[in-house]
Amino acid sequence: MSVLDKKSKEALTDPLMKNNPISLQVLGICSALAVTVQLNTAVVMTLAVVSVLSISNTVISILRKMIPGKVRIIVQLSVIASLVILTDQILQAYMYDISKQLSVFVALIITNCIVMGRAEAFAMQNTPGKSFLDGLGNGLGYGGILISVAFFRELLGSGTIYGISVIPDSFYAAGYQNMGLMVLSPGAFIILGLIVWGQRLVSGIEEE
Amino acid sequence: MHSNSYTIIFTSVVTIILGGFLSVAAGTLKEIQELNVENDSKKNILSSLGYKPIGEESWSSDDITKIFENNIDAYVLNTKGNRMDIDPSNINTEIDKENFPIYVDKKNGIVNGYAIPISGKGLWSTLYGYFAVEPDGITAKGITFYAHKETPGLGGEVDKPWFQNNFIGKRFVDEEGNLVGVKVMKGKANPESPYEVDGISGATITSKGLESFLINDLEKYEPFFRKVRNGEV
Repeated sequence: MSVLDKKSKEALTDPLMKNNPISLQVLGICSALAVTVQLNTAVVMTLAVVSVLSISNTVISILRKMIPGKVRIIVQLSVIASLVILTDQILQAYMYDISKQLSVFVALIITNCIVMGRAEAFAMQNTPGKSFLDGLGNGLGYGGILISVAFFRELLGSGTIYGISVIPDSFYAAGYQNMGLMVLSPGAFIILGLIVWGQRLVSGIEEE
Repeated sequence: MHSNSYTIIFTSVVTIILGGFLSVAAGTLKEIQELNVENDSKKNILSSLGYKPIGEESWSSDDITKIFENNIDAYVLNTKGNRMDIDPSNINTEIDKENFPIYVDKKNGIVNGYAIPISGKGLWSTLYGYFAVEPDGITAKGITFYAHKETPGLGGEVDKPWFQNNFIGKRFVDEEGNLVGVKVMKGKANPESPYEVDGISGATITSKGLESFLINDLEKYEPFFRKVRNGEV
């Protein structure tokens, strides 16, 4: 990491833990509930958000001195929307099955507060390099939570990890049952709540 | 502060660049996407007819095309159950009330099954799938769903093997030759009855919806299946 100066490093690593967009800023919850029934959808969603966020941050940062202040939000939104549509098209072409499962949630990345938030709060003030790292960091911070939620939901709800059965048949024979609650959205709320709680306990942050 | 004319020019340039970029991307990818949709429906037709990929491997798109071309005879029926020379892919099954596509699994002149498209309302959404019939025209051979937006874990269970496998071997025509459909019961089906399958607990509306659109769709094909039962096809 010595190639990066302190501020770039912070831009990349802060959102992973200390200032995580989901568990600390509580943004992007909707998609975190919707695509975390299984790990493979969560992983693809993570990749989609990471690429949209880092590219949109970079592009907006390059344009930041040219964008007229009056229309900056709409310009940011056009860049983000184009990237999201492109991602959706690529998924439909090359990962059709997963794109079917993610359905509308890929398109809804446009309205994900994290993407707009980083464009407005970071990319408009910082250089393209830093903005790229900030996008990457926030995308991974979002994805990290998504993948952890999906891990527990898939394990407890379906007894599989990445589609592979991990609960031995003898458990089922002994009366073990998959937890149906985990397949539904409330299951995601509970897991997410526990993660937020755990993180605040570790980092010692208290809400007013 | 930027002037108004700068703002207008800037936004126009951004719009044109982004628009151009997206149309190029969409144009390039269109062919692959259409192929995916076509392959997905072929895959569902094949799996309703009981074709399965060997082992854990899933089918590649080439496999699907090959199996489909070698085994499936796709054509269109009119309201009297007679064969028409129309490509089934030109038929919109939701709107068209006169032409019904059918996919016949045929090897060396021997029919192994018929698959028909089915669709209708569940609780939240329209379900789309295929229903396959044994060559006797009486017995169900399989059912698949490839698109729906029912609740995962409840109505969404329609696309799970445990539910779909229930249909295999059930009858939709009674002893007198009347079309009765397959009843999706609330809870467990009577194991003695060949006309019932287990319902999905917590998904009564999806189950009842399925039951009613299945019989509706079977009615459209009844003239054809009557011929099948009388040995006229």
